[in-house]
Amino acid sequence: MSAHLPDMILELANVEASYGPVQALRGVTLAVPKGKIVTVLGANGAGKSTILKTISGIIDPSKGQIRFEGGEIQSRDPAWIVRRGISHVPEGREVFPLLTVEENLRMGAYTRSDAEGIAQDIDMVYAYFPILKERFRQEAGLLSGGQQQMLAISRALLSRPALMLMDEPSLGLSPLLTQEIFRIITRINREKGNTILLVEQNANMALEVADYGYVLEVGRIVMEDTCKRLLEKEDVQEFYLGMKAQGVRGQRRWKKKKQWR
Amino acid sequence: MLLAGVAQGCVYALVALGFVLIYKATETVNFAQGDLMMLGGFFALTSSVILGWPYWATILFAVVAMAAVGMLIERLVLRPVLGQPAFTVVMITIGVGYVLRGVVTMIPGWGTETYTLPTPFSEGTFKVGEVIFAVQQLAVIGMTAALVAALYVFFRFSKLGVAMQATSQNQLAAAYMGIPVRRVNMMIWGLSAGVAAFAGILLAPVTFVHSNMGFIGLKAFPAAVVGGFGSVPGAIVGGLIIGLVEAFAGRYMPEGFKDVAAYVVVLVVLMFKPSGIFGETARKKV
Ligand SMILES: Nc1ncnc2c1ncn2[C@@H]1O[C@H](COP(=O)(O)OP(=O)(O)OP(=O)(O)O)[C@@H](O)[C@H]1O
Ligand SMILES: [Mg+2]
Repeated sequence: MSAHLPDMILELANVEASYGPVQALRGVTLAVPKGKIVTVLGANGAGKSTILKTISGIIDPSKGQIRFEGGEIQSRDPAWIVRRGISHVPEGREVFPLLTVEENLRMGAYTRSDAEGIAQDIDMVYAYFPILKERFRQEAGLLSGGQQQMLAISRALLSRPALMLMDEPSLGLSPLLTQEIFRIITRINREKGNTILLVEQNANMALEVADYGYVLEVGRIVMEDTCKRLLEKEDVQEFYLGMKAQGVRGQRRWKKKKQWR
Repeated sequence: MLLAGVAQGCVYALVALGFVLIYKATETVNFAQGDLMMLGGFFALTSSVILGWPYWATILFAVVAMAAVGMLIERLVLRPVLGQPAFTVVMITIGVGYVLRGVVTMIPGWGTETYTLPTPFSEGTFKVGEVIFAVQQLAVIGMTAALVAALYVFFRFSKLGVAMQATSQNQLAAAYMGIPVRRVNMMIWGLSAGVAAFAGILLAPVTFVHSNMGFIGLKAFPAAVVGGFGSVPGAIVGGLIIGLVEAFAGRYMPEGFKDVAAYVVVLVVLMFKPSGIFGETARKKV
């Protein structure tokens, strides 16, 4: 474990978490280097969202440590964690449906009070997602799914996070839109230097944009490597990329789809 | 008479507004809303009659004091049962109402008597053409309009107001934004209780101040339902409708109908539009 390399912005050590009697995380250890994109892959119910919620302070871990920029942050209040520099793009977007696009963005900046900086950052996300600028007075609930995802990402950028947690940003989007979203995620990472921890079902996409990857199975990390090497591993190809021997390919595809919603 | 209906409707509207604010934020129906109004009335009575403060100071005092009471109730009584089934929470609010009524009757100088709250508005009327206006009623309408306008500006343009809306729409997302959800919910209780105090002061000239004046909540509740529970403009329109219907029913219908009129309106509205006039059909995210 690379626990004490100074360039790790986030480290989880043996984190366990449960929902009542259901144990969702069974000792997760992972590290995210500053300025990089790290992805966590896993099937439905593996515990991917739970990892992110535990980092955000929505769920308290029952065991283990979470270190962010050197300090322990586990079990802290979500608002405190946002102020420390972590923001969360939740699964399923979770925009405020009756607030306008711009009000949603302002809520993303809730922890800040520098009016000028906020205005600049709103212009910045409008540059990334021009459609949001066109719709800035529209209720967020009336946006399309893809536009809502853009809004959710933008809203998370508004707190000027050092680390962004993204939970399945491709959920429910067309392949084309998924590509666009991922292109912008890499742009944000390169231009703004935000570190990104990305949870995905779309393993192809995630492994393409990320630097390092973990594979999660029922609450445990079962594999980790650079994305380049993960792409080459046979079982990753088989289970997460749907690439088996040519003959059964069609059938596998269908199965995969069903299992991965 | 039209004016009387509107004025009465304003009071219903404000109490209904209190229901709606709390319901939207916490999905709890606060059955103590009427009793919060009653307590507000007694606070006003104390500052006005016993301390001899002017009317405007009285309003300020009662509203601020009730806001504090509302926040305390949330913090001490409701937050500990967070996450319990809705039924439990509703029972607790009913209990809070009983306790408030009980406490008021035990306090010396309050008790079970009926009091008049002095207002600066004359009992008089004036005539414009053929129409007779009662000063008192105009004052109620004007003050309600001012309060509603102030609330609109607050919710629309202030950071805290927008954050309250955000929290009502999606608590989880609000937490992700770094909004202190619990504190915001506490402040919504405070706001709601403050509005209730205001309603109590407006109602005082009509029903006087006594420990059971909170039962008007039973009329404001239908107002909230008619408007579409969970809609702020709905609460106001619903309140006005109930007030007007009552006024007309009192005049043209047989004795006694007035008191059930509100419920008849509820039945009729829900028959034609089950989600209420301003009801949002399944738009709210949990
Ligand atoms: N609120 C909850 N209450 C009880 N159990 C939960 C809750 N949320 C998640 N779980 C359980 O915890 C486990 C991990 O869930 P989690 O949401 O982290 O999975 P995930 O990897 O994000 O899945 P998906 O790809 O479907 O989003 C699952 O077994 C799930 O059933
Ligand atoms: Mg998930």
